[in-house]
Amino acid sequence: MGKRIVIIGGGTGGTIVANLLARGLRTELRSGEVTVNMLSASEKHVYQPGFLYVAFGRMQDDEIIRDQRGLLDPLINLYVDPAVKIDTESQTVTAQSGRSFPYDYLVIATGSRIVPEEVPGLKEGAHWFYDLAGAKKLRKALKEFEGGRIVVSVGVPHKCPVAPLEVTFMLDDLFSQNGLKEKYELFYTYPIARVHVLEPVAQWAVKAFERRGIRYETFFNMKEVDPLKKQIHSEEGSTLDYDLLIAVPPHKGMPLIEESGLGADGWIPTDKHSLTMAGKENVFVVGDTTNIPISKAGSTAHFEADTVAESLICMIKEGCPGRRYDGKVFCFVETSLEEGTYVWFNYNTPPNPGEPSQMIHWFKLAYNRLYWLSARGIL
Amino acid sequence: MNLTIDKSVDARDSYCPGPLMELIRMMKSEPVGTVIEVLSSDQGSAKDIPEWIHKVGQEYLGAEEKDGFWSIVVKKVK
Repeated sequence: MGKRIVIIGGGTGGTIVANLLARGLRTELRSGEVTVNMLSASEKHVYQPGFLYVAFGRMQDDEIIRDQRGLLDPLINLYVDPAVKIDTESQTVTAQSGRSFPYDYLVIATGSRIVPEEVPGLKEGAHWFYDLAGAKKLRKALKEFEGGRIVVSVGVPHKCPVAPLEVTFMLDDLFSQNGLKEKYELFYTYPIARVHVLEPVAQWAVKAFERRGIRYETFFNMKEVDPLKKQIHSEEGSTLDYDLLIAVPPHKGMPLIEESGLGADGWIPTDKHSLTMAGKENVFVVGDTTNIPISKAGSTAHFEADTVAESLICMIKEGCPGRRYDGKVFCFVETSLEEGTYVWFNYNTPPNPGEPSQMIHWFKLAYNRLYWLSARGIL
Repeated sequence: MNLTIDKSVDARDSYCPGPLMELIRMMKSEPVGTVIEVLSSDQGSAKDIPEWIHKVGQEYLGAEEKDGFWSIVVKKVK
């Protein structure tokens, strides 16, 4: 029997791994020496960074959603049948339909989900742009907003660590353009001692806040929201009034991970270089699902997927793992509706954001369309 | 420090989301009484973490500098 690879998850990480395997193992897949089965919870693939643009009316559903089958190389077997149990002892994944998928190598790329219910009152009182329904609801609220205080508040952990800053700067631009500059106040809060986790980004952002008149409070961890009084309370003891609350809800991994006993809160203990699950050399973990303390973001999933695919190809062809992941992350940062910058870093190199420019913003807009080439493993 | 550590977060070489964010995450999910150690190669953490712990009303047990990194220990008391 040939080698069986099972990939759980049809998001950025899982899809890139699958398509790179199809390219690197084309001969083996055609001959049946290797099979790749992907289990996805949805027949659709969503470009999640597009949600921010949906909220601002700058992207539409059909620009951020594609059929998963159409994105995958034909040599990959796609089952739209979510995994419900992972047994790493018997090396079997069970799907919702009851079907079993035995594996020799497993790739877990199940991602993360927002859990606004973790903060009492947040679901009722806040808007967000971390899912399509939320982004559309926020788009409507922004259209109807006539003035007052907008509070941007950030939960822990969350994905895309630059998004809270991006939304704040984009909001400031939007309302300025709409002639509401005198009628609103933007108030940004962040969980740690500075306005962004990356110190160089925080230093730059504080100057931009001061220039734009954006107020902020650090050491602010959401504790509770009172939707009737329109107040948000922090774990640290402060209270803010709001007219419009835009939250980055806390995130968790998928219930499947906890239910299979693989990791608390859905995060799997993962070796930060080999990207294998602790104690399991044939189980790889990609993207948000890992417990590695680096960004949960599509970019991280992308670079991790490159590493995992090359390692798997090497293991199958040569019998030994190939590449090590160096912690590489690259993030565009929108600094207004017209300008952007970027940061990149890895385990050894700290981030060093450059001056924002229109060109980088345009490149980000271009990447929003080029993403589909990334998912296909081409870019 | 001679303490029994219940949970350890290795946030060395982590630039994003960083050691304090990792500690906040763990503080939310672990039960009261848990002693958590954060390993950080970021000098700022040795200052930020005690400051946050004090502000949020948890217990700071101490920090120790080792070979190029800090071990910072806190206890979840509420």
